Amino acid sequence: MSWLSLIFGEKKATASVAKERLQLIIAHERASLSGPDFLPDLQKDLVAVISKYFPVNPDDIKVGLEKQGNYEVLEVNIVLPEGR
Amino acid sequence: MTTIITVTSGKGGVGKTTTSASIASGLALRGFKTAVIDFDVGLRNLDLIMGCERRVVYDFVNVIQGDANLHQALIKDKHADNLFVLPASQTRDKDALTEEGVEKVLQELAHQGFDYVVCDSPAGIEHGAVVALTFADVAIVVTNPEVSSVRDSDRILGIIQSKSRRAIEGREPVQEHLLVTRYSPKRAHDGEMLTYTDIQELLRIPLLGVIPESEAVLQASNQGIPAIHQKDTPVADAYQDTIGRFLGEAHPLRFVEYEKPGLIKRLFGGK
Repeated sequence: MSWLSLIFGEKKATASVAKERLQLIIAHERASLSGPDFLPDLQKDLVAVISKYFPVNPDDIKVGLEKQGNYEVLEVNIVLPEGR
Repeated sequence: MTTIITVTSGKGGVGKTTTSASIASGLALRGFKTAVIDFDVGLRNLDLIMGCERRVVYDFVNVIQGDANLHQALIKDKHADNLFVLPASQTRDKDALTEEGVEKVLQELAHQGFDYVVCDSPAGIEHGAVVALTFADVAIVVTNPEVSSVRDSDRILGIIQSKSRRAIEGREPVQEHLLVTRYSPKRAHDGEMLTYTDIQELLRIPLLGVIPESEAVLQASNQGIPAIHQKDTPVADAYQDTIGRFLGEAHPLRFVEYEKPGLIKRLFGGK
């Protein structure tokens, strides 16, 4: 801060901080709140299909939707039972 | 065809009622038969802003529950022909606004040939706010250049996109418009306040207007005359422009650029 601004007082330009914070929180909340409702159903269906071929614990299938830049990535994570 | 305009924001105190009053008055002044409904059951204030608080006999909930008919409850505005106010109930609880009841009242207004129905939403995302946006054709999202208001506006946009009838029935989505209020061009210019373009970038909906921060708004509410009637004030002009844009006219944004006061103005003050 220069001596001039010490004397006259300078208000900080905080708008850019506000904008950055909002960008992050809004993107985050949009992703978590506006997530499609079909994910639980999709997970149930996947469990049903996969169980036809080998035993699988419903909790070992995780389905998630993530936003990466302009893309939405549907992530399906299946942990196969041990000892196969 | 009746167009239902919901004025909403999520956050309180950003200017929903001021905006509802001015938009409804402006539409009526242009000759459209308009009704403005207060959805804030228990905390009604539209009647005060419109200056008709002493003429309230029946209210929205009375009509829904069949204690009065719509004709008895609608209050004719003193300042604009074609404008009618339907006040909220001050005593009953918010659940009195049933979806079926609200739909019935809106249908009856359509039946009576109203061109526009402006729904003044309560703050929050509870029942009252949701029912106010359920039947919207158009949503005007009122936002202040301030972090909590922007975030809440985004939240309410999500609710419009999931809970409005148009969304649920898979019809053409609710037309969303951004209205930035309490804007200070100087503070935005100095980097102290989010600019209206920042807000638009964040919310990603079309900008309908920018209403500058102004003393005229308090003067208007003090007197119970909607701000749009405060002749030759930037606020009234900005609301007029907003209505023009809403009706498809082209109006450049005014009162958004900071003009450095000249030396004389700085020395002698003045508005």
